[in-house]
Amino acid sequence: MTDPLIIKGIEFKSRLWVGTGKYKNFEETARAIEASGTDVVTVAVRRVNIIDRSQENLLDYIDPKKYKILPNTAGCYTVEDALRYARLAREAGVSDMIKLEVIGDEKTLFPDVCGLLKATEILAKEGFIVLPYTNDDPITAKRLVDAGAAAVMPLGAPIGSGLGIRNPYNIKIILETVDVPVIVDAGVGTASDVAIAMELGCDAVLVNTAIAGAKDPIMMAEALKHACIAGRLAYKAGRIPKKLYASASSPIEGMLI
Amino acid sequence: MRVKVNGVEMDVMADTIAKLLKELDINPSRVVVEVNLEIVKRVHFDEYKIKEGDSIEIVNFVGGG
Repeated sequence: MTDPLIIKGIEFKSRLWVGTGKYKNFEETARAIEASGTDVVTVAVRRVNIIDRSQENLLDYIDPKKYKILPNTAGCYTVEDALRYARLAREAGVSDMIKLEVIGDEKTLFPDVCGLLKATEILAKEGFIVLPYTNDDPITAKRLVDAGAAAVMPLGAPIGSGLGIRNPYNIKIILETVDVPVIVDAGVGTASDVAIAMELGCDAVLVNTAIAGAKDPIMMAEALKHACIAGRLAYKAGRIPKKLYASASSPIEGMLI
Repeated sequence: MRVKVNGVEMDVMADTIAKLLKELDINPSRVVVEVNLEIVKRVHFDEYKIKEGDSIEIVNFVGGG
């Protein structure tokens, strides 16, 4: 089935996007990514360990020729920091995309909407393909698109919480409000959460902790791959409306009287 | 000379970014370097002179969500 997602001319074959944090080691990261069937992975920008040079490089395990690299600005609490990390990420030369995070609070990791809007506008003007991690507010999503966002990435629930899609109605309204791809980012706990997001009509889902934190990350990666395909197909197939009362599947005609 | 690299004060022999990376045993193709908050393009690593007291950041990609 070819059903690519295209953002600013970049074609994504997989609608399941995968993060590379929290794995036991790079080998497990590589195996989980492979099992997920994804072609896009997120990464963070951090200092090289200059004391212990025995540490390996993530890109030795994830080939940028095979996977699209989507750097993030995770950990940034100010516009200035987010801009700095985004520019450093682009300088690595593997991507003009940035998963923009401007975090407002340590406990919830909810986005700082004011900072996010400002950073989106600046980076979009600098030619970045900006994919902002945002909350599930349709008005903010619209403002982000006005500021130049190439897609919006509303959270399903707090990062790493595994609470699933807490406000499917808002996600649905975001889908009706913006004309850019909507990618659910954060909150997924298991396969059904991915399926729900895709059934709502989301263009993709980004998952990290649900895979990396599972007892068997490789198996969970495969489960989410199938859930994503199932959810997408169900959305495209068009579900039946929900009704309060029964409607018999077998005919009345021909019954013995 | 004395510089700060990734937050650590150290004495280095190198006087360019390229030499500094070699001294620290870091593969230049995988990192991005910033000196005093200004990004140094990889093509300039050979010629970019570092000075006493410079604050140098050497970053790369790590696992993240």
